[in-house]
Amino acid sequence: NEWMFLFSLVCSGEIFELKAELNSDKKEKKKEAVKKVIASMTVGKDVSALFPDVVNCMQTDNLELKKLVYLYLMNYAKSQPDMAIMAVNTFVKDCEDPNPLIRALAVRTMGCIRVDKITEYLCEPLRKCLKDEDPYVRKTAAVCVAKLHDINAQLVEDQGFLDTLKDLISDSNPMVVANAVAALSEIAESHPNSNLLDLNPQTINKLLTALNECTEWGQIFILDCLANYTPRDDRESQSICERVTPRLSHANSAVVLSAVKVLMKFMEMLPKDLDYYGTLLKKLAPPLVTLLSAEPELQYVALRNINLIVQRRPEIMKHEMKVFFVKYNDPIYVKLEKLDIMIRLASQANIAQVLAELKEYATEVDVDFVRKAVRAIGRCAIKVEQSAERCVSTLLDLIQTKVNYVVQEAIVVIKDIFRKYPNKYESVIATLCENLDSLDEPEARAAMIWIVGEYAERIDNADELLESFLEGFHDESTQVQLQLLTAIVKLFLKKPTETQELVQQVLSLATQDSDNPDLRDRGYIYWRLLSTDPVAAKEVVLAEKPLISEETDLIEPTLLEELICHIGTLASVYHKPPSAFVEGSRGVQHKRLPCSAGSVDSPETSSTAGVSDAPPAVIPSQGDLLGDLLNLDLTPTTTGPPPPAVSTGMQLGAMDLLGGGLDSLCDTLVCDLQIGAGFGAAPAAMPASFGAPGSGGLDDLFDLGSGVGMPMGAYSPPKSVWLQAMKAKGLEISGTFARRAGVIQMEMTLTNKAMSVMTDFAIQFNRNSFGLSPAGPLQVLTPLSPNQSIEVALPLNTSGPVMKMDPLNNLQVAVKNNIDVFYFSCQYPISMLFVEDGKMERQIFLATWKDIPNENESQFQIKDCHLNAVSNKLQGSNIFTIAKRTVDGQDMLYLSVKLTNGIWVLAELRIQAGNPNYTISLKCRAPEVSQCVFQSYEAVLKN
Amino acid sequence: MIHSLFLINASGDIFLEKHWKSVVSRSVCDYFFEAQERASEPENVPPVIPTPHHYLISVLRHRIYFVAVIQSEVPPLFVIEFLHRVVDTFQDYFGVCTEAAIKDNVVVVYELLEEMLDNGFPLATESNILKELIKPPTILRTMVNTITGSTNVGEQLPTGQLSVVPWRRTGVKYTNNEAYFDVVEEIDVIIDKSGSTITAEIQGVIDACVKLTGMPDLTLSFMNPRLLDDVSFHPCVRFKRWEAERILSFIPPDGNFRLLSYHVSSQNLVAIPVYVKHNITFREGSSQGRFDLTLGPKQTMGKVVESVLVSSQLPRGVLNANLNPSQGTYTFDPVTKLLSWDVGKINPQKLPSLKGTMSLQAGASKPDENPTFNIQFKIQQMAISGLKVNRLDMYGEKYKPFKGIKYMTKAGKFQVRT
Repeated sequence: NEWMFLFSLVCSGEIFELKAELNSDKKEKKKEAVKKVIASMTVGKDVSALFPDVVNCMQTDNLELKKLVYLYLMNYAKSQPDMAIMAVNTFVKDCEDPNPLIRALAVRTMGCIRVDKITEYLCEPLRKCLKDEDPYVRKTAAVCVAKLHDINAQLVEDQGFLDTLKDLISDSNPMVVANAVAALSEIAESHPNSNLLDLNPQTINKLLTALNECTEWGQIFILDCLANYTPRDDRESQSICERVTPRLSHANSAVVLSAVKVLMKFMEMLPKDLDYYGTLLKKLAPPLVTLLSAEPELQYVALRNINLIVQRRPEIMKHEMKVFFVKYNDPIYVKLEKLDIMIRLASQANIAQVLAELKEYATEVDVDFVRKAVRAIGRCAIKVEQSAERCVSTLLDLIQTKVNYVVQEAIVVIKDIFRKYPNKYESVIATLCENLDSLDEPEARAAMIWIVGEYAERIDNADELLESFLEGFHDESTQVQLQLLTAIVKLFLKKPTETQELVQQVLSLATQDSDNPDLRDRGYIYWRLLSTDPVAAKEVVLAEKPLISEETDLIEPTLLEELICHIGTLASVYHKPPSAFVEGSRGVQHKRLPCSAGSVDSPETSSTAGVSDAPPAVIPSQGDLLGDLLNLDLTPTTTGPPPPAVSTGMQLGAMDLLGGGLDSLCDTLVCDLQIGAGFGAAPAAMPASFGAPGSGGLDDLFDLGSGVGMPMGAYSPPKSVWLQAMKAKGLEISGTFARRAGVIQMEMTLTNKAMSVMTDFAIQFNRNSFGLSPAGPLQVLTPLSPNQSIEVALPLNTSGPVMKMDPLNNLQVAVKNNIDVFYFSCQYPISMLFVEDGKMERQIFLATWKDIPNENESQFQIKDCHLNAVSNKLQGSNIFTIAKRTVDGQDMLYLSVKLTNGIWVLAELRIQAGNPNYTISLKCRAPEVSQCVFQSYEAVLKN
Repeated sequence: MIHSLFLINASGDIFLEKHWKSVVSRSVCDYFFEAQERASEPENVPPVIPTPHHYLISVLRHRIYFVAVIQSEVPPLFVIEFLHRVVDTFQDYFGVCTEAAIKDNVVVVYELLEEMLDNGFPLATESNILKELIKPPTILRTMVNTITGSTNVGEQLPTGQLSVVPWRRTGVKYTNNEAYFDVVEEIDVIIDKSGSTITAEIQGVIDACVKLTGMPDLTLSFMNPRLLDDVSFHPCVRFKRWEAERILSFIPPDGNFRLLSYHVSSQNLVAIPVYVKHNITFREGSSQGRFDLTLGPKQTMGKVVESVLVSSQLPRGVLNANLNPSQGTYTFDPVTKLLSWDVGKINPQKLPSLKGTMSLQAGASKPDENPTFNIQFKIQQMAISGLKVNRLDMYGEKYKPFKGIKYMTKAGKFQVRT
């Protein structure tokens, strides 16, 4: 280590020289020496050995020298705390200097000496400086409080500096106000629940006044602080917006974006029909467009934020599509963001332009960008229906280029287009199949396999194609393996005769030769489905898939609202809530958009309503095993028009359909199962279940109630939001009603969206039409902590007080917790009240039907219903089939229902083969329930 | 707030670091270097990079990365704007912003950075104020300093920091009072292969050089202020007056400053001053391609289009180009495939053209990417948007200033697709 030794020798020589110069009598030489020391320090050399010599130079009236020494002190005080105390006296003295520049300099430097021992000595000088007559000193002192807080928070609180700082918000000088706000905001970050920035209309007014007069940086602090305020009403909101709008024309882009944040937030409170609301919307677009002509780094941040703004308020940028067109020398991070926004803005009006651009991008050099452009074309097709055809032909053109990665991306998106528009573009399958060999990426292979499996009946050589993939089964990625398994099972169900061997092969590959549990499980499920109940297998595997929605990566609405409150911050760049990534995450407060007071069609309520009505379905990603496995949502099957045979005797028909091939397959399967997988029970159970439809199915067509087929539970509607968190201080309740084993249950999800823990829950009902009341207390045993949800099932009885409600099934509920009492009302499906012994004797049914006067009969239509096991389905909800007859190709079902209070409702359901519209006539002695009962029928049949 | 700043040169050396709070280890830059390695081009490094404990926000200017380190939630634009201010200040002080200039003036740089931020809060970022605090180094001043022992650091409280017009220092005196305004417009255009305009927008600025004694109050009015519907002002401009009367009223900073920048969007009709006729073809199976490019002026209101420079990235398959320019000179770099043609002026009587052949690798298939032409030019004495200043008046002072207005149009990102 000779070299190191030499090096330190050289250095120490240099330091020795400097030491001599620092102690020189000549002022000029001293200063030059300090300069040299600073220069060495700047390039990272260690000159801490000179500490005492440099500190000695501090006692000078030469301002430059003083500054240089201060620079040095700030850097090295931490490593030499004992020495640093020597400097304290000078600081105290300098804080009383007649020159405010020196006072400010001293107070500034003091705060930068991050040594605990020293800080106590500095409190007195700081206190004086906070009340200095010169605003320049006050504003510097304000920042010093933040510095001190960083070093010793307790000390700052004990000394009462926080209160002094709060007083400075009302200072006469705008710069002092701005710095006080900045300091308080920084301190508040480590005290999330403290009321440091207690904003009220007076302070807001002070801030707004200071906003006009302080520096650009001060404006950013003030605007960010304003964004935390919640105005009392729309008038206050408007007046703040009016005073913030001029900031949109500021040259500093950070000021502009902070102003946009304030406006986006406060706009929520303005009624939409207000003229000012429209004006404001128009004013927001130009400054955002201007940000896009700035440097690329600024553009990037702006684009990430525009992406949020466009999702929240698409109307702002809807005419600005062209500014998002990509220039070929934009940095890649700008290109990708622009592309994303282009798709969000795509509409029927501009789709031609967008497509022409995207096609252009698909021939660029950058591979990542080209891929994203191709994907974008697919997203356009899904988003704008009118353009789908053009998109598909563009994609076909691109496939013709044979550029490998373009072809693969195109196939992935075409798969989605097929799902969105079934039975429309399958003519292109032939072209796709030509490119089978060139696919080497798992996603593209999986997509192609999906297409082949899904359209196996139209592809003559589907079995050959799939078989070719099967050869290298174990080398494929999981994604492809799973897809291949499903595709072959689909193929088998469609062409059972020719593909038995194939399906056996894939099932054994998946279950016996694979280590992947997902693959094995799926293999077993298919195997079992096929062996026990091929009809059910068909219903599951070939079920109609839910349509995919247009937007694939929308940000979840509550997160979006929170992010809108954080426009311009890191959170907005990462599209993640601040709590997700800020260092230490010291309990960042979740910000919410304010809600317009009193107006019914406020954006808030309409947006949340929109959410609960139609939650944006998302294309299931490849990893979503369950969704992918069943190829449908987990809702029961509502398949398309079934083959005619099935509608009469479903299981029997299915047997015919599958024909003799099935038996032989079953045999082989049984063998395999017994030998291989060790499913001892499966083969034993199988003959029985196959026997059942043969005999039992024909046995008693009239008495379907006694039960073949799968039992179905009572219909229960999906949960909907009953109580919004905003209206209940953070408590959100969504729920539904169900009848389980004869017990009516109110099933609720309680979510705590507030910051504090919730306890002491209780529930009460108002009087209602059927006397519903809780059969026990609300069982929420553990306290509900923030962001936690809990599922509660509350059993109900019908022995409560009765009062007729309008509508009949309306229920008013009060829920209490440790915070407050909240009220909401909900409607329960009347089918909950259908009791288990609602099956009327056939004779009595006939007599009653005749007995009830005709004016009590009401007739309804149930549209678009495709069912093949109506009776089963109805019986699941305690609607009993008394008799069934067929007249002129019409099936007539006679049904009875009994409500908890003893009211009988009789019905005649007419189903014409091939006609999805059913007619139902209801007869009841209490005709006012008919409407409700009909609704339940409809709900049960359609779900 | 902003914790630290690292300056990194093109070869990846950290040549300056400054910490405003506790010292952050240099190793934090490793995350930046990783991102730099992943990026295909220097300008593709993402501006915001997360690390386990910090965030790195960077800008690339003059081939130097200015990397700011932050620890808590700070608006990224705030940081980027501040970094721009640092770059501008260096340029202002040292004439150029290069690694050499920064290293030569390391003490001044350190003093400047110290004045610009306090504990991460911006302190003095206006060049006027900084110059009062720290005098820019000049050869003369360095000499005077060494002789008299005086210093670069001002002794006075920077008065501007507290006045209502923080951008202007008091007691300004000139013998020649003059105010010059340059209206400079850059036109960004994308033209597609058929010659129709896809987008066209104008970024305009009014830069001023005002050397006036005392506290002058200026007003500037336009013939056609309606063009300016998307504007950003220097803080000195009185916004209310603009809203009400469409007149710019302001007390100017001393010296050079940007009074206003504006944006004329693609929704307005934008005149395109240059047209390009091109024919670039490759035939399947042939190792030759044809290249034919002609430029011409249009909608220039009789003004000359000058300093024209055409550049393009030819397809990767092109080995060489053998071209013949009717005027100017061209270069083709066979490694980067960059073609650049320095045209000079466009003479409407004799249109400049560049014709010839490109050679491809023998047997290679026809390239599938289409080159884009990037065109630069200047037109003096014209603002392409048609913006015209009506009059400039001064109030508050007695003398008569000398006033001047200049117009210029430049190509910004002017791209022609083929």
